[in-house]
Amino acid sequence: MTMTALPKKITPEMIASHGITTEEYQKICDILGREPNFTELGIFSVMWSEHCSYKNSKLVLKLFPTEGPHLLVKAGEENAGIVDIGDGLAICFKIESHNHPSAIEPFQGAATGVGGILRDIFTMGARPVLLMNSLRFGLLDNAQSRRLVSGVVQGIGHYGNCIGVPTIGGEVAFHESYEGNPLVNAMALGIVKTTDIVKGKAAGVGNPVYYVGAATGRDGLGGAAFASKELSEESTADRPAVQVGDPFLEKLLMEACLELIHTDALVGMQDMGAAGLTCSTCETAARGNTGIEIDIAKVPRRETGMTSYEVMLSESQERMLIIAQKGKEKTIDDIFEKWDLHAVKIGHVAEGSGMLVKDGDQVVADIPAKALVDEGPIYKREKEKPAYLREAQQLDLKSIAEPADYGKVLKQLLAHPTIASKQWVWEQYDHMVRTDTVFYPGHDAALIRVKGTKKGIAVSTDCNGLYCYLDPHEGGKIAVAEAARNVACTGAVPLAITNCLNFGNPMKPDVFWQFYEAVTGMVAACKALDTPVTGGNVSLYNENPAGAIFPTPTVGMVGLLDDIEKRVPSFFQRDGDLIFLAGDTFNEIGGSHYLMAVHGLQRGLPPRLNLESAVALQKFLIESAALGITASCHDTAEGGLAVALAECCFNPASFMGARVDSLDLLRPSASSNETLREDALFFGESQSRVVLSVRPKSKEGIIRVAQKHGVPIYPLGTVGGTRLVIDDKIDVEVPEIADIFNNVIRKKMEQ
Amino acid sequence: MKAAVIVFPGSNCDTDCAHALSDIMKMRVEFVWHKESTLPDVDLVVLPGGFSYGDYLRTGAIARFSPVMQAVAKHADDGRPLIGICNGFQVLLEAGLLPGAMLRNRSISFVCKHVWVRVEDTDTVFTRKIDKGATLSIPIAHGEGNYTCDDDTFNRLQDESRIVFRYASKNGETDDQHNPNGSRDHIAGIINEKRNVLGMMPHPERASETILSSPDGRGIWESLL
Repeated sequence: MTMTALPKKITPEMIASHGITTEEYQKICDILGREPNFTELGIFSVMWSEHCSYKNSKLVLKLFPTEGPHLLVKAGEENAGIVDIGDGLAICFKIESHNHPSAIEPFQGAATGVGGILRDIFTMGARPVLLMNSLRFGLLDNAQSRRLVSGVVQGIGHYGNCIGVPTIGGEVAFHESYEGNPLVNAMALGIVKTTDIVKGKAAGVGNPVYYVGAATGRDGLGGAAFASKELSEESTADRPAVQVGDPFLEKLLMEACLELIHTDALVGMQDMGAAGLTCSTCETAARGNTGIEIDIAKVPRRETGMTSYEVMLSESQERMLIIAQKGKEKTIDDIFEKWDLHAVKIGHVAEGSGMLVKDGDQVVADIPAKALVDEGPIYKREKEKPAYLREAQQLDLKSIAEPADYGKVLKQLLAHPTIASKQWVWEQYDHMVRTDTVFYPGHDAALIRVKGTKKGIAVSTDCNGLYCYLDPHEGGKIAVAEAARNVACTGAVPLAITNCLNFGNPMKPDVFWQFYEAVTGMVAACKALDTPVTGGNVSLYNENPAGAIFPTPTVGMVGLLDDIEKRVPSFFQRDGDLIFLAGDTFNEIGGSHYLMAVHGLQRGLPPRLNLESAVALQKFLIESAALGITASCHDTAEGGLAVALAECCFNPASFMGARVDSLDLLRPSASSNETLREDALFFGESQSRVVLSVRPKSKEGIIRVAQKHGVPIYPLGTVGGTRLVIDDKIDVEVPEIADIFNNVIRKKMEQ
Repeated sequence: MKAAVIVFPGSNCDTDCAHALSDIMKMRVEFVWHKESTLPDVDLVVLPGGFSYGDYLRTGAIARFSPVMQAVAKHADDGRPLIGICNGFQVLLEAGLLPGAMLRNRSISFVCKHVWVRVEDTDTVFTRKIDKGATLSIPIAHGEGNYTCDDDTFNRLQDESRIVFRYASKNGETDDQHNPNGSRDHIAGIINEKRNVLGMMPHPERASETILSSPDGRGIWESLL
């Protein structure tokens, strides 16, 4: 891509290689009233790419509920949504993908994913206080997958550890559909005083426009366009499209920007992420209904001979655009000098509504800013139910033999890397810096305290790709509901979600059908649970030569705990406590991890999620936590009740044992005309269920609160001993199964 | 009690240390930017953890040249307490205020977890209120905590009772399994000859409150009061 002179004439090949259609090119000509030059063509191509314009997904994304009483900044308005949490404070959060870069260069791809999402947060004036992630890889038996896991984990750790924002949780799952196309979704959350929120808009004609942070190089050239096509065997040739990150520089940039918000010199701030200088200039102008003029000759560079095209499209990291108050330039200069960072005045807010880019005296681009941001093409894509579903959704329960040895199956499930402890992963992340992490990774949801208040913030990222493959609508619903359930297990009230929608090529009608169905499922759950969407990102074209990934609409759910002292851990706490299961169990083994791991089948309908039951369970969890009667609470997910019970025993402070002897109470609760299969009871993944423990004196209390909300609750047994005994089917030593659970990923990675 | 927390570019445990000292231990705390050439009038100086200068060159290698380090050395020379935690320990080694050097962790990976450290010596201003032989649960978070030194230095540290903390099991046994980074003879923290400059890899500021899983680090701050 390196070039010394730009082509004078635009050819059809150039248009095609920029991913622009003939119709889109005509529209560009209409907007400009002339043909674009090469730099302008590049600018349109990145701004109108799927990554920046959501041209294929926008019509579907509009279905998401985005209204809520606590929303201060709504989805799409700014870099990230903002939710009021009281006490004059608000939280700002977002999840974003860096899948394609991570597939090519896992360390830098993942690292810059973290860097980018952090900038989205401090751009808003918020201090980032936590990072989460959601990762998908191929199976660990594959050396290529292990290389990706190792690189991605080190990359995330490298960036987060250095900048000093704790990575407090997330999820990692392994399936062959992600081979060669890993998913790396990074989430960040920041805290901001409601009076300090910064907007990414230009205002005040004549106000100076500053470029601050790192110098511009050729790295990441056209990254947004790169993210908007499928990965192929040749994708490694796109390596220059992967950016290189420097967390130390970003730490300085973050501190400088957060210092700046407390001065009167700041008008607006926008990070240079995808499409770099191009995106930040036209977006600030478009949001502010104003024009903007910059001179790229003034842009600090770390390479010589860069063209205007390269400067405008570079995705070099750790850079920001700042709109300053005229006359306050010295304040800007002083702060950035203190932090040893570039701060160069490259232009000013202009009359009109154009984005005028000069290189010295020469005009290199002159485009209406709104045309780039708001007038991009929007497509209604065709959708068609995929042919594979007819076969894949079939499951003849009678053909599935129930296991002979339930203890063996439990061990087999605990040893599956998707279920097993991710300790090997999160021990490489500093998950404690800032001294706010109250629940370490391994809990249902991560929990931090908010210093200076009694509040806590709980966060969970969730999605089950297999469910979404077998039934995207139900899978989308479940992703939202499970994330909410995880948050509610801590006692926190789920407030809002951010999402990262990872799918295949939207031009394929069956992929687009998956996308549409998953979104409508999520919409239904968001509405029922009253958790609006504050923003997020869409990652399409996630395909490797073998086909599309499992549809994976990842949800990042954020909840608020009014009193951190009322928090509920995920693990059993003391011998003698009583164990309960809340929620009903059905004959649901379709799409279960048990069916996949033990019977080698990825089929059937995934469990059904009843939204009324989900809402009722959530109210029950929140009220019983507030009353202080819940000693521990853990949701049942992959691996069902047996795995959930085992996980409750793995208290990191000290392993607990449990004796579960009243499963008979569950057996009649299955749908009336068929008996509940034993494997469905032990390993089925029926939704809206949690395992709770309470002190004996709270037995009546917990039952009363459950009944008040119409939640079925069943006593299961008692915490105690060193063994996990379930009925007459499972009797295992807890340290033995904990060893399997805690070390399987380490062993596989070190093989 | 007054304390100064030095802030280098890339320090990221500076506010954590200030929180523990000020909000929990009720000391008066000031941040001192690395470009300062003098220190305020304080009893204690803290070099916090983090990635000063992005760990460029070597951990702590550039920070030792920061203007403030001359004043820090003088503070130490005057016999007043100076503690370097994690990256602060690495800076103390690079500045020659403590002997030895750091290698990459034996695992080659960054590691963040709670470890047990055994208190080896209580004849210091940092440990005088802790029981000798007690084990404390304090987190570590580093990629280069594998302390090493030559035999002469090690023998002196040993003979002069200057090894203050060793990684151990909860019951106080030292072995490779409980050494998270491969440090020489399980060393987690050492002190200088004058017994006023302590360097330690574990983060006591992360273990100063019950809500953060362990309050065991408080003994160090309490000893200073």
